[in-house]
Amino acid sequence: MIPELGHFSLILALFLCVLLSIVPLVGSYTNQTVLMKSSTSLASGFFVFTTLAYICLTIAFAQDDFSVKYVASHSNTLLPIYYKLSAVWGGHEGSLLLWAWMLAGWTFAITLFSRHLPLEMFARVLSVMGMVAVGFLLFTLLTSNPFDRLLPDQPREGSDLNPLLQDPGFIFHPPMLYMGYVGFSVAFAFAIAALMGGRLDSAWARWSRPWTTVAWVSLTLGLALGSWWAYYELGWGGWWFWDPVENAAFMPWLVGTALIHSLAVTEKRGVFKSWTILLAILAFSLSLLGTFLVRSGVITSVHAFATDPARGVFILGFLLFVIGGSLTLYAFKAPQVKSVSRFSWLSRESLLLGNNVVFVIITATVLLGTLYPVFADMLGWGRVSVGPPFFNFFFVPLMFIVCVLLGIGPMVAWKKSPLKNIGGLLLKPLTISIVIGLVFPFLYADEYSISAAISVMIGMWVATTTLAEVIHKTRNAPSFMAGLKKLTASFYGMVLAHIGVAITVLGVALNTIYSDQKDLRLAPGSVVTVGGYEYLFYGVKEVKGPNYIAQEGRVEVTKDGRLIAELKPQKRNYLSGGNSMTEASIKSSFLRDIYISLGEPLQEGAWAVRVYFKPFVVWIWLGAIFMSIGGILAISDKRYRAHVKRKQEKLAATQNLAGAS
Amino acid sequence: MHPARKQRLYIVLFIVAFASIAIGLIVFALRQNLDLFYPPSKIAAGEAPLETHIRAGGCVLPGSVVRSTTNLDVEFEITDGPAKVKVYYSGILPDLFEEGEAAVVSGKLNPEGHFMATQVLAKHDENYTPPEVADLAGEGADHQKTCEVISYDS
Repeated sequence: MIPELGHFSLILALFLCVLLSIVPLVGSYTNQTVLMKSSTSLASGFFVFTTLAYICLTIAFAQDDFSVKYVASHSNTLLPIYYKLSAVWGGHEGSLLLWAWMLAGWTFAITLFSRHLPLEMFARVLSVMGMVAVGFLLFTLLTSNPFDRLLPDQPREGSDLNPLLQDPGFIFHPPMLYMGYVGFSVAFAFAIAALMGGRLDSAWARWSRPWTTVAWVSLTLGLALGSWWAYYELGWGGWWFWDPVENAAFMPWLVGTALIHSLAVTEKRGVFKSWTILLAILAFSLSLLGTFLVRSGVITSVHAFATDPARGVFILGFLLFVIGGSLTLYAFKAPQVKSVSRFSWLSRESLLLGNNVVFVIITATVLLGTLYPVFADMLGWGRVSVGPPFFNFFFVPLMFIVCVLLGIGPMVAWKKSPLKNIGGLLLKPLTISIVIGLVFPFLYADEYSISAAISVMIGMWVATTTLAEVIHKTRNAPSFMAGLKKLTASFYGMVLAHIGVAITVLGVALNTIYSDQKDLRLAPGSVVTVGGYEYLFYGVKEVKGPNYIAQEGRVEVTKDGRLIAELKPQKRNYLSGGNSMTEASIKSSFLRDIYISLGEPLQEGAWAVRVYFKPFVVWIWLGAIFMSIGGILAISDKRYRAHVKRKQEKLAATQNLAGAS
Repeated sequence: MHPARKQRLYIVLFIVAFASIAIGLIVFALRQNLDLFYPPSKIAAGEAPLETHIRAGGCVLPGSVVRSTTNLDVEFEITDGPAKVKVYYSGILPDLFEEGEAAVVSGKLNPEGHFMATQVLAKHDENYTPPEVADLAGEGADHQKTCEVISYDS
């Protein structure tokens, strides 16, 4: 009964969305307030019924209702309850339901937090959200209904959640990632609504900026969580693989990063308006493309796509409709948009444009590398794979450019900055970073690494220029502390996010350069020395988990006779059969991780064991946390709060006039 | 020319120049970094380049896996039915590596036609066969059972 209730709610939600996508829109063009105001209740209804559907599926999982096909193939009675509840997004159908629910959540949030928008804009934004929702709900209901039953022969036992997914990372990573993915639909809806009304001013940018930033923050955290999870769960010490599924989430992030910067320019200076709109459309299109790539099976094989074409064809059609429709609208409306002010070459505008161009190029290379194997396969050029060297070849130098620009950008004034002012400001950070960069490899390792020197330089460059900017901003205050208090929340947001970039850059570079790994054959009682650490292997014993039996090794790590850690890597066999899983054991610390995973048993109690020494690896995710906190700080700035909005709007209007004259 | 137009022209020129350099580099890098896939029969027929980074895949021939007793060296043979190729690897094999199951290896062919693997990939889970290997059994074959239907007698 409960699954049918869920199914029924989802159908109801679809009908509400159809109304939502038509009624307020018609109202906005015919100027009928009643129709426009209906958007609030329709959007709330969409949220309520999708939530109900989501709860119904969760109940089916909690009650082990294996008559539901989706539950039977993704759960098991032995599964701990927290994994049962998160198994809802453990497969294709449930992930889509999560997608739809997130979309409903974002739509509902607009009705709560964007009430101060002009009614016409408000109605159009919600209508566009409704259109996106119609697409996704139709897709879920027609091709991938999670409530399908297996009747009358319902299985006694479910076939279990993939062991890879049975991990705390699985509870947090997908919802966070989806929240970011889907969140770009809000930026998209604002862009389309603005195009429809032809009203692209700095007010528009101010309205959509907080939404975009929230989506970006979620996506940042989602990606970081995913990378961290892959690091400790996959058991082989990597944290980024340039895998198509990762790229699918990374591309919207790249464009999203460009978008939040371009929105800043549009809000503050009223330029780049049509470019910003284009980025908003692009970010959401890439989110959809990501969904298509991951969900249609086209990545694993074009043949897999051909065997079950319904899903792929549907998303492809939807993708074409969204991209084609919005670009057509853009082509008709964008030429009407005029920028009012000009800027010189050395200005914050140009540097941010540089940032945007580089980010878009990075996205293009990632997109090409991801899609090339699909095209090659389709056109019969044989089976190829594009590996990490291709991506790194572009990503590393282009990120270098981004980091160089990042150091200069915040220092430079809007409109125009004389070269010698900036030169004076940048001289100190430049000297400090070069010195630290040159010295670091001497102190850190025996062998001098030039790439480490360059990496430290660039990381320090980002950090020191950002700090120099803080000092520069507080120079006129009576004291440094008093100056700090005067700075706005959004400025602090920028500082934290940029410091985060420096931390991640240092983490990625130093980890890549100084990582060490050894595959060892360890017999019980034997000691092996790797990189100054001694590893004493005590052998392997059997331990029992809730739904698995594991071989657990015990390794003592010592350095100069001092005990550093006792690590217990496992090899798990799940009772539901099939897969065995490598569960690494990690001793994490600020400067380095020691990471051990069990390979396979060899003769006489000996095991193949892989030992990794991973310096600075936690910095990668620490940086992402800084970026996210920065984003949250930026949107907590008081100019986004509704009660000061009117005053601000007047102010913006006068500023715009001043800029135009 | 009107200064605003002039500025716009420069921006457009800059973007065009930058984009063409980028595209050129992309094409160059793609050519450098593509790993082509060869089934064992093509390798045996000498169609695959030597000393070039490639990938190969097939089913692990039952009884062909030989491990060293002193270190982590291992050798095995992969087959697609008509032909087989010997693979050398040093390191830990993935969890799902098994005789009679599909595996994809990447590395280089040495002059003797042996595959010196730097990486061995096995199936993601028990229901999944790498698409390259699945194709070996021919179009329309059941992806899941490729390695069960393949004949190992040859």
